[in-house]
Amino acid sequence: MWKLLKYLKKYKLESILAPLLKMTEAMFDLLVPLVMAQIIDVGIHNRDTGQILKMGGVLVLLGLIGLAFSLTAQYFSAKAAAGFGTAVRNELFKHINSLSYREIDTIGTSTLITRITSDINQVQSGVNLVLRLFLRSPFIVFGAMVMAFTVNVRAAMIFVVAIPLLSVVVFGVLLVSMPLYKKVQRQLDRVLLTTRENLLGARVVRAFNRQPDEIKKFDEENDLLVRSQVFVGKVSALMNPATYIIVNAATIVLVWTGAWEVDEGIITQGEVVALVNYMSQILVELVKLANLIITISKSLACANRISAVFDVEGSIKEQNHGKIVTEAEKARVSADISAADAEGRDRTSAESGKAAGVPAAVPKVEFTNMDFCYAGAQEASLSDISFTAMSGQTIGVIGGTGSGKSTLVNLIPRFYDVTNGSVRIDGTDVRDYPVGQLRDRIGVVPQKAVLFKGTLRENMLWGKADATDEEIYRALDIAQAREFVDSKEQGLDLPVEQGGRNLSGGQRQRLTIARALVRRPEILILDDSASALDFATDAALRKAIRENTKNMTVFLVSQRATTIRNADKILVLDDGQLVGQGTHEELFDTCEVYREICLSQLSEKEVRAHG
Amino acid sequence: MAEKNDQLQKPTVKETDAVKTQKLSKKETDAEKAQKPAKSRASAQLLQHRSTIKRVLAYIGNYKWWVLVSLLLAGVTVAATLYAPILVGDAVDLIIAPGNVDFAGIRTILYRMAVVVAVTGAAQWLMNHINNRITYQVVKDIRTRAFGHLEVLPLRYIDSHPSGDVISRIIADIDQFSEGLLMGFTQLFTGVITILGTLGFMFVINYRIAIVVVFVTPVSLVVASYIAKRTYVMFRKQSETRGELTSLVDEMLGNQKIVQAFGHEDEAQEQFEEINERLRGYSLRATFFSSITNPCTRFVNSVVYASVGVVGALAAVRGLLSVGQLSIFLSYANQYTKPFNEISGVVTELQNALASAARVFELIDEEPLSPEPADAVELQQADGSVAMDHVYFSYRSDVKLIENFNLDVKPGQRIAIVGPTGCGKSTVINLLMRFYDADSGAVRVDGHDIRRMTRRSLRANYGMVLQETWLKSGTIRENIAYGKPDATEEEVIRAAKEAHAHSFIRRMPQGYDTVISEDGGNLSQGQKQLLCIARVMLCLPPMLILDEATSSIDTRTEIRIQKAFAKMMEGRTSFIVAHRLSTIREADVILVMRDGRIVEQGKHEELLARGGFYARLYNSQFAAT
Repeated sequence: MWKLLKYLKKYKLESILAPLLKMTEAMFDLLVPLVMAQIIDVGIHNRDTGQILKMGGVLVLLGLIGLAFSLTAQYFSAKAAAGFGTAVRNELFKHINSLSYREIDTIGTSTLITRITSDINQVQSGVNLVLRLFLRSPFIVFGAMVMAFTVNVRAAMIFVVAIPLLSVVVFGVLLVSMPLYKKVQRQLDRVLLTTRENLLGARVVRAFNRQPDEIKKFDEENDLLVRSQVFVGKVSALMNPATYIIVNAATIVLVWTGAWEVDEGIITQGEVVALVNYMSQILVELVKLANLIITISKSLACANRISAVFDVEGSIKEQNHGKIVTEAEKARVSADISAADAEGRDRTSAESGKAAGVPAAVPKVEFTNMDFCYAGAQEASLSDISFTAMSGQTIGVIGGTGSGKSTLVNLIPRFYDVTNGSVRIDGTDVRDYPVGQLRDRIGVVPQKAVLFKGTLRENMLWGKADATDEEIYRALDIAQAREFVDSKEQGLDLPVEQGGRNLSGGQRQRLTIARALVRRPEILILDDSASALDFATDAALRKAIRENTKNMTVFLVSQRATTIRNADKILVLDDGQLVGQGTHEELFDTCEVYREICLSQLSEKEVRAHG
Repeated sequence: MAEKNDQLQKPTVKETDAVKTQKLSKKETDAEKAQKPAKSRASAQLLQHRSTIKRVLAYIGNYKWWVLVSLLLAGVTVAATLYAPILVGDAVDLIIAPGNVDFAGIRTILYRMAVVVAVTGAAQWLMNHINNRITYQVVKDIRTRAFGHLEVLPLRYIDSHPSGDVISRIIADIDQFSEGLLMGFTQLFTGVITILGTLGFMFVINYRIAIVVVFVTPVSLVVASYIAKRTYVMFRKQSETRGELTSLVDEMLGNQKIVQAFGHEDEAQEQFEEINERLRGYSLRATFFSSITNPCTRFVNSVVYASVGVVGALAAVRGLLSVGQLSIFLSYANQYTKPFNEISGVVTELQNALASAARVFELIDEEPLSPEPADAVELQQADGSVAMDHVYFSYRSDVKLIENFNLDVKPGQRIAIVGPTGCGKSTVINLLMRFYDADSGAVRVDGHDIRRMTRRSLRANYGMVLQETWLKSGTIRENIAYGKPDATEEEVIRAAKEAHAHSFIRRMPQGYDTVISEDGGNLSQGQKQLLCIARVMLCLPPMLILDEATSSIDTRTEIRIQKAFAKMMEGRTSFIVAHRLSTIREADVILVMRDGRIVEQGKHEELLARGGFYARLYNSQFAAT
């Protein structure tokens, strides 16, 4: 938590001056009752009009000086707090971006978003408040007591008793009611849950004719809510009357004591009035202090949550910066691709490998005895996976939900690090590549088709920052998105709303495919990326990818047997195990799981017919 | 929710300027929302406010005796609160100088004061408590009413309104309303009485000083409102920029995996820092401007205090005022401005509350389902014949959907509904279950128009398993027995077994008593669907509506679901939204849908021979690629 304080360093001066200035202001506040006492004891008693006017002037002057101090303090604290919040926000955003999939999975995206937005806002306003009030309020409470002592020790003893009593009541009520408020909140959440459930399940509720029961259940939840609200209300309603009684009881005692002291000539009438004034000042400040403490404790909780994110370190570390990909190799890679594009060579891996001057034996992607276990998981999500994919091959990956298909392809761009074994690209372990370079060579089309706010062109440039319109159109052609883009008047300047809301699911999916193709990746990963496309478009897409990207190694993840049946190699996953690899025909005869999948979707005749 | 949390935890003590700043930022955004409509609509808004107030008062009217008691207590509290300083002043007047102190008189006054203070404390607590009760009861009444209305709203409304919007009306809006109402009760009334009472007392004691106070205090209000106006602009800018930042964060962090996959981190950071820097500027100004309100009003108050002190002292010199009376004025001068500031806060809060209440009433006013005709028949066990007779239907009058649709289903037939994703297969389900009414034409079950039977009995004759599995939060047993709450343990288990769900349920930590979290988070998609099947299996009505899963279920579970479906369909009229060719081929009638319309209907071979959309759809799936 204290680590966050370093972001305040730039505002050291402001952070020190603000509380000091506020304290000075408070000091002037404390002088007011004394001045008033002077007016009564000197001015009125001696009928000295000049003195009264002078003291009146002093009062206004005290107010003015207080105002000046306080404004400066407010400005300093606002400046320090805003600067602090901004710095923490920037750092946190940077830090979150350095986290890898493993950490993101563990923490959860929505948590991260809350931390960087509302948590930081809360801490920022906490800093602002602390700078302004933390010294001021206690200073006035104790200052009032000290002033009372300067007036009269016996009368001051009443303060010594009253202040702790008041504190006990104020903080006691807070302490008791805060957990109760949390309970109310939980109950409100239950009411919300019931409401949500009934909205989302409206069809089922009606289909089963359960409306009356649902209303009854809601009434019960609602009733509980009201009861807890009334209860907590009863407790917090104690605060005002109780403090009122204590302060006034103290005042009664004060007047009585004051009467004796005056009678004995120890203090004056004006000083009695001053003591009464101090008493009422204390109450106001104590209540402020209590509220301040609530805010501080909330801010502290938020600060701790923010620190917790800072404490998480990205697990993907670069071990060999820039060691692997030499300039020569880069040239080779691009030559490789353009050669293939130009000539449309036959797509066996051996041949294309030769053409590029790389030994045919080196596979593009190779998994060797690879195990993978998600953070915190008991069992491995993938175990003992070994296979090779040659340059230019299409690899189909099939299996049920949770069988590990997506996990497998996520390991290629090193979104996760393997637990055991290795993943190699061009014969080199992915952990030995600089992360940026590695990912530049791979085009990923995720399951969820997401586009970003901006124009269509800006979205396409994600794939390659300096892509020309020509390159973009080529990618759109392959992704079967050209027609749709051309139909829009703005073409590539078409504005895309956040998440691509203004486009249909199918359109989004085709555009995300195009985005990955813009960079002409050596490896293309389609993670169940055609689910929103109808069969015809899906087929046309696969055909176009095949024809236009000769040397690209394509990973096709799908649940549909028809999608992957023509792949050069099919990987069959079942519960984290690689239970079969080979072509459609081979697997259909030899792999039980694959057979089962195919037959659940197609008839035997169909399976055989078009193979 | 975080924000709500803050508000709920806010104790009912007076706000510090700190808490106010925070709340202000929220208020401003709300106010901004309210202010969006052009000013010309202000009068219309006022009218709406008036009718909203009337309705709120009608709800409060149920508790009018309590309200009366609360008002009475408020009067007592204020009078006593104002009387206490007078007593102190009187006592001070009896303490003049050494040897000149009237102890007997002081004792009487102090005794009286003790009684007054005790009465005030008791009255204040009781009043707060009663206010709480009234508020929460009223809120409960409205919330119950709103929820009850939810159950009779046509699905047309529910489908066309985002669920978040409806939920926020029932939860957040009503909550906001309750806060405003409570503040109105506790602060508005006492605030007004306090101001009037203070003025009254001051004029009685010394009208000249009272006039000074009356003329100087408004200055603090003017200053405060001047600052508030300035601040408002900054707060709006701040919340706009915050919104911009949040949406960027939402976008970039929500899709962080894509950002990383494309190496877009640096660009994102740059964008973030640019917005963040702008935010810093606005945030600094908004915080600063809002935080100067307090010192400024404090300064005005100290001027008032000084004026009262000087004028009072001068009056005392001339013998027009006693020192005790001066001390009364001083303490009044301290208190007098507070209710003004509070009331202006309450007014904003009340405006928000009214806006929220209006949104809730809007929901309550939404037209409910058409009432059932008086002679509606109870459909007993249907034989399973379903007919659609010249049915026309569309969701929006300008987009035609189903036109002149005819269908004749004999008992026990299987109807497959096919078509690309999003082609509107659910429309047919909506019409069959009478979630929506046909625009013209008729849907008949057992030869009777379904509009002439009770919705209840019609729906009881259908068993429905949708792909979007909906489960209640509750135990597995409760979920299976959802359609038949009085089912015995044996019945539940039998249904689970027939749905092939028994084995996985047994493996759950508490078996049938395992609590399913919201949306069935602790179950896989396939398991959820099996539970939905078990739920229907328990009642097994004569007609079925089934929605086959597309992709998200693993093969083995899928085979089980197929078996369970087959078991259910035996001898029952079934409508199946089909994705699987085997299901489609075995259907007695295939309805081919496209863009929400039924384009073809017939048997598999017939449709293939026709060479239309169905044939294309079928072939494309097996096109050599």
